[in-house]
Amino acid sequence: MSTTDQTARDTQDADEQVNGVPTGEDRVAIPGMSQEGETLQEGRNQAGEPEIRHTEHGDVSGVPDSSRAGRFTSYDVADFPPLSPKLEDWRFTPVKRLRGLDDAALQGPAPAVSVSGDDAVEVTSVGRDDSRVGSAGIPEDRVSANAWSAFREATVISIPRDAQVAEPVIVTFTGESEEPAAQHVVVDAGTNSKALVVLRHVGTAVLSQNVEFSVGDGANLTVVSLQEWTDDSVHASSQQAKLGRDATFKHVLVSLGGDLVRVTPSTRFTAPGGDVAMYGLTFVDDGQHLESRLFVDHSVPRCRSRVNYKSALQGENAHGVWVGDVLIRAEAEGTDTYELNRNLILNDGPRMDSVPNLEIETGLIAGAGHASTTGQLDDEHLYYLMSRGIPEDQARRLVVRGFLFEIIQQVGVEALEEQLRASLEDELARTEN
Amino acid sequence: MSTLEIKDLHASVILDDESTKPILKGVDLTINSGEVHAIMGPNGSGKSTLASTIAGHPKYQVDSGSVTLDGQDVLAMSVDERARAGLFLAMQYPVEIPGVTTSNFLRSAKTAIDGEAPSLRTWTKDVRSAMDKLKIDNDMLQRNVNEGFSGGEKKRHEILQLEMLKPKIALLDETDSGLDVDALKIVSEGVNRALQEDNTGIMLITHYTRILRYITPQFVHVFSDGRVVDQGGSELADRLEDEGYDRYVRAAAK
Repeated sequence: MSTTDQTARDTQDADEQVNGVPTGEDRVAIPGMSQEGETLQEGRNQAGEPEIRHTEHGDVSGVPDSSRAGRFTSYDVADFPPLSPKLEDWRFTPVKRLRGLDDAALQGPAPAVSVSGDDAVEVTSVGRDDSRVGSAGIPEDRVSANAWSAFREATVISIPRDAQVAEPVIVTFTGESEEPAAQHVVVDAGTNSKALVVLRHVGTAVLSQNVEFSVGDGANLTVVSLQEWTDDSVHASSQQAKLGRDATFKHVLVSLGGDLVRVTPSTRFTAPGGDVAMYGLTFVDDGQHLESRLFVDHSVPRCRSRVNYKSALQGENAHGVWVGDVLIRAEAEGTDTYELNRNLILNDGPRMDSVPNLEIETGLIAGAGHASTTGQLDDEHLYYLMSRGIPEDQARRLVVRGFLFEIIQQVGVEALEEQLRASLEDELARTEN
Repeated sequence: MSTLEIKDLHASVILDDESTKPILKGVDLTINSGEVHAIMGPNGSGKSTLASTIAGHPKYQVDSGSVTLDGQDVLAMSVDERARAGLFLAMQYPVEIPGVTTSNFLRSAKTAIDGEAPSLRTWTKDVRSAMDKLKIDNDMLQRNVNEGFSGGEKKRHEILQLEMLKPKIALLDETDSGLDVDALKIVSEGVNRALQEDNTGIMLITHYTRILRYITPQFVHVFSDGRVVDQGGSELADRLEDEGYDRYVRAAAK
């Protein structure tokens, strides 16, 4: 790549060091160790345990906001400070373009929900008091908490215990209003079930959305979240997953359309043996702000996570943001994690911010690493193809499509993959022709 | 019958800070169809620069001299035009290209070189047959170009392309490096097939003489400090094996 290339692969062995801190067999837990060498001591009690904050609702929240990955959670908007670029969580987001999602009443109509797919999967609309609501996540930011306060009914997509759902479940959210709105969705995958759920967002919306994925013990859930909004839409989506013992979760995020789209997928493990793969593809055009901030919280032993996010950017003021926070807590021995972010700048004008954060609090892990690159098309790739007679424009097309389609291949629904490839062709036609 | 003619070629490498450093200092060389020319010499003598300059790598600039293929000015052509004119470079370090399958790549290259898509009926069969001879697993076709290939697989993949694209003149840049003796034999057999079946002219760049046990050169050129300092028949290679390059390196240093 022509600009930056930072790669780290830290595999833990006896006497190994991570960022200069010994992490070998003497089992030194490293409170507060992060990629930047930040300290987590603030907000911890004398035993080094995180202090538990209680909100006025009595809800228990997690590690206070003293590091990037250990984040504060609350159902109450008032517990979060007003948005400002000074806050780490919002430093890249053009807050003014949120159109009130952070403090408006969110009384607009939520996008209409329609479902196609297997009859085995039950889709219902439930009240706030349903036990499945809130089962997988507590809001992690002000915009998410604001939606939590505002939604009236939640859509619950329920995959029964042991069900092996062959046909993909396609849930389409069609927005028809620019009035700020809130929406709540729960995907509840029962014990040992297997299913693929597509959340497809189309139309026009100004929406703060909370999506919960509760993945039961031994369950295998794939979720594809597509953001194909019109160019004037604003969408903040907190997508939180909670995995049971030996659960497998694959999350594929594809953001193409919208003025501002900020998706914050989080994965938390509740028992050993969990496996998460998080994929992302964003195509950022001039004037768009597409942001993905993900968090993987390794809080129990022997879980695995893989992250692979890609962006392509073109045009003036095209702004992409990727933040990947991975936290390996002291108790998460045997963790195996790797995160990767690759960004392709197609012409002059775009801006990409890519921030991998890996915080490791135990040395007893199987592996942890990250890599991030941002650059233009690799000259060596073009040279290789051209040296075989392939003309430059065709070589470019091959390399760009190769870069983008790798993530599309993860969707797993052929008809949908075809549509997405066609959408990407439309996007690419703007710079190639 | 084709001829690659290199006359008094001077070329420089373009460094990261955009400054240039002269490497080739007047190379004269003529390669005809069906001939094998071994280019031998110590590391840093400019052998790979010669190959990359002829192929048109953007990191090298020609300062003076000429390169022609059957009278056509190679230096005026873009990289892809050179390949379509009949030149092929088997790279020393082939790059990985994510997301582009080997199958798609080979077909695209063949289509570009021939000016028409290969016949569906025979193409797959031909590729598989060539892969079998090079002892390459068929699943390589579904893998991305060079991605996750071992060093030996990358070199065999280069020779697979040589056999499929059938160039007039092939430049093999240290194709023998990093190969064990079994792989070296397999790769050499592929080169010999290109020689016999397609009458390809071969420029074989190597540091060591061991590949010359399997591919017999008619001509051996010794490279030092950017030019040919000695040449002869295959007996020169035997002498180099015994004596090494010390004699030439000392002469260049004077």
